[in-house]
Amino acid sequence: MTPDLMAAGAQARARAVQQAQAGGGRGFVSQEPYFGQGVALYLEDISVSFDGFRALNALTLTIDVGELRCIIGPNGAGKTTMMDCITGKTRPDSGKIFFGSNIDLLRLTEPRISQIGVGRKFQKPTVYEQLSVFENLELALAADRRVRASLFSRLSGAQLDRIGEVLTLIHLKDEAQRTAGLLSHGQKQWLEIGMLLMQNPKLLLLDEPVAGMTDEETERTAELFLSLEGQHSLVVVEHDMKFVDQLTQGRKKVTVLHEGSVLAEGLLSDVQANDKVVEVYLGR
Amino acid sequence: MKTGLGAPGWSGVLAATIAVTAVVPLLNLAVPETSALHLSDFYVSLLGKILCYAICALAIDLIWGYTGILSLGHGLFFALGGYGMGMYLMRQIGRDGQYKADMPDFMVFLNWKEFPWHWAVSDSFVAQMLLVVLVPGLIAFVFGYFAFRSRIKGVYFSIITQALTFAAMLLFFRNETGFGGNNGFTDFKRILDIPITHQLRVLLCVISGLTLIGFFLMARAIVNSKYGRVLQAIRDAETRVMFTGYDPVAYKLSIWTLSAVMCAVAGALYVPQVGIINPGEMSPAASIEMAIWAAVGGRATLIGPIVGAFFVNGAKSWFTVAFPEFWLYFLGALFIAVTLFLPNGLIGLLRRPAGLIGRVWRKERS
Repeated sequence: MTPDLMAAGAQARARAVQQAQAGGGRGFVSQEPYFGQGVALYLEDISVSFDGFRALNALTLTIDVGELRCIIGPNGAGKTTMMDCITGKTRPDSGKIFFGSNIDLLRLTEPRISQIGVGRKFQKPTVYEQLSVFENLELALAADRRVRASLFSRLSGAQLDRIGEVLTLIHLKDEAQRTAGLLSHGQKQWLEIGMLLMQNPKLLLLDEPVAGMTDEETERTAELFLSLEGQHSLVVVEHDMKFVDQLTQGRKKVTVLHEGSVLAEGLLSDVQANDKVVEVYLGR
Repeated sequence: MKTGLGAPGWSGVLAATIAVTAVVPLLNLAVPETSALHLSDFYVSLLGKILCYAICALAIDLIWGYTGILSLGHGLFFALGGYGMGMYLMRQIGRDGQYKADMPDFMVFLNWKEFPWHWAVSDSFVAQMLLVVLVPGLIAFVFGYFAFRSRIKGVYFSIITQALTFAAMLLFFRNETGFGGNNGFTDFKRILDIPITHQLRVLLCVISGLTLIGFFLMARAIVNSKYGRVLQAIRDAETRVMFTGYDPVAYKLSIWTLSAVMCAVAGALYVPQVGIINPGEMSPAASIEMAIWAAVGGRATLIGPIVGAFFVNGAKSWFTVAFPEFWLYFLGALFIAVTLFLPNGLIGLLRRPAGLIGRVWRKERS
C-alpha cells in the first residue's frame, strides 16, 4: 500500500460515512423521520406518464401530522397512481416526495418505505389466504424483517397482547384461527386494516377501504378510522360520499383529484358546490 | 425451532428410521435368498434411487409448494451434485480403467496430458464433497439473485430455469467441457478406497434414507417458523409482503439456494448407487418429472411430495417392465387426473376421510 493509495481510501471512507449520515443511498435508512414541523407527507410537482398518458400532472399535496384526509375524484384521476408513488411501487418522472421533513421516499425501496412507517391498504383486499387470521397479523407485527430473525422468532407476551388487541379492534377475535381465505369480503378488508395497524405506521394510505362492505360494516370502519386520527396520519381514497361525510364530520378538508392534479380542496360541502367539481363528476 | 410434529408424526419418523436403518439391510443381507421375505438387490437399488428422488421432491415442495416458485430446472442441481461425486469416483478408479492409466479413460481417449483446472481437488473426498454443496449452491444463488431482483415471476421464471438446465446439458455434452461428454462418468470401482460392493450399496441406501429423514425434519422446522409463514405469504400475496416491510428477494433467494443444495446432495448420493451420471440428468424432462412427483403427492404438505416420488417412480418401474410403451401415456394421464380431481394430491385424498372421521369422533366424545 502506497501512502497516496491509503489517503485515497481514507477519503472514500469519509465520503461514505458522510453519505450514510445524510441518508443517502438507495435502500439505506440512517435516520428516523422527523415530524417536528407538523408535516407527515409532502408531495411536490409529481408527474407520471404511462405511454404518453399523464396519470399524475404536477401533483402537489401536503398531509399534516395526525390529519385524516379524504381524497375523492372520478375514475382515472390518479388516486391509485399517487399511492403507488408514495409507497415506491412506481417511480415518478419528476417531483419530490418527503415523509416527515427529512426522508426522501424516492430513494427507498418498497420494504424500506413500509419499515419507516408508511402502511398501505390495497383497493382489492390483499391478505394471505392460506394462513390463519392470527398468522396474518403475526407477519404484519412490527419486528425485525430479516431472514435470520424470522427463522428463530418467538412471540413475546406483549406481542401476543398486541395481536389480541387488534383482533378485538377489527372484530375478528372469534375468527382468529380461521383461514383468511374463508372470510367474507368485508372481513378481509378489516383484516388488511388490522395488518396495517400491527405495523404501527405513522402514515396510513387506504385505497377504497369500505368497498364491498355492508352499511353497518362501513359505519364501524368510519368509527375505527376516527379513533386512529391524531395518533396516525390517514389518507383515505374513497368513492362512497356518505362514508367521506362520516369521516370528515363537516369540518375536515377533502381533496378532489382530476386528471392527475388537485382540482379543489376544502370542506366537503364547499367542494360539492364547486362548479368545476360538479362538471367533472357529472361530465358536463 | 419447532417441527410441529405431533406424537403420530414422530412415530412415523421413528418407523421410517427403523425401516431404512434396520429392516431393509436385514431383509436384504441376513434373510436367505430362498426366503419369501428376502428383499432382492434390485429392490434395494430401486429404493435407494427413489429415496434420492424423494429428496428432490421435498426440495421442490419448499420452493414451489410453499413459496409458489415453480422451478423446472432442479435437475441441473441434482446433476451437478452427481457430477461432483462422479469426479471423485472417477479418480478413485485409479489405474483400473480400460487404458490402465492414471487419468480417467475419457481423458486418455481425448489425449489429454493433464487434468483440467476444475479437476484440481477431485482426488480429495472432503474437498469434492464441499464442491458438491458449494458449486450448485453458488450457481443457484447467483442465478436467483438476478432473477429475483429483476422480479421475474411465474411462468417466465419457470421457462428461464428450463432454459438454464437445457443450456447446461448442451455444455456438458461437449467433450471439451471435461465431464466425459455424452457418456458422462461410469464404471466406478471404489469410494474412500472401499470397493463398491453389494453391501456398500445397501449402506448408501441407508444413508440416503437418513438424509431424507433429516431433510424432512429440517423442512418441517422451516415451514413451521415465522420464516416459513413469510414464504407462504409471498406465495399468496407478494406485494402485500413487500408493503409490510419484508424484502421478498432475501426470502426467495435463501429458500431457492437451500432447495438447490438439497437436490445436489440427492444427486451425489444417487450417482454411486446407480453407477452412472451423464448429461441426460439435465434434460428438461428430468426436471419436469420432479415437479410432477410433488404435484401428484400434494404440494405444500412436505410428506406429499415424498409419497408422490415413491408412487410415481414405483409405478414407473412396474410399468416400464409390464407395458413399456404405455408409461408416458400413463404419466400424462396421472398428471391430468391429479390436476383435475385431486388438487391437493394423493395426500389430500388420504387426509379428507381422516379429517372427516376425526371430526365425527370428536363430536361423539363431546
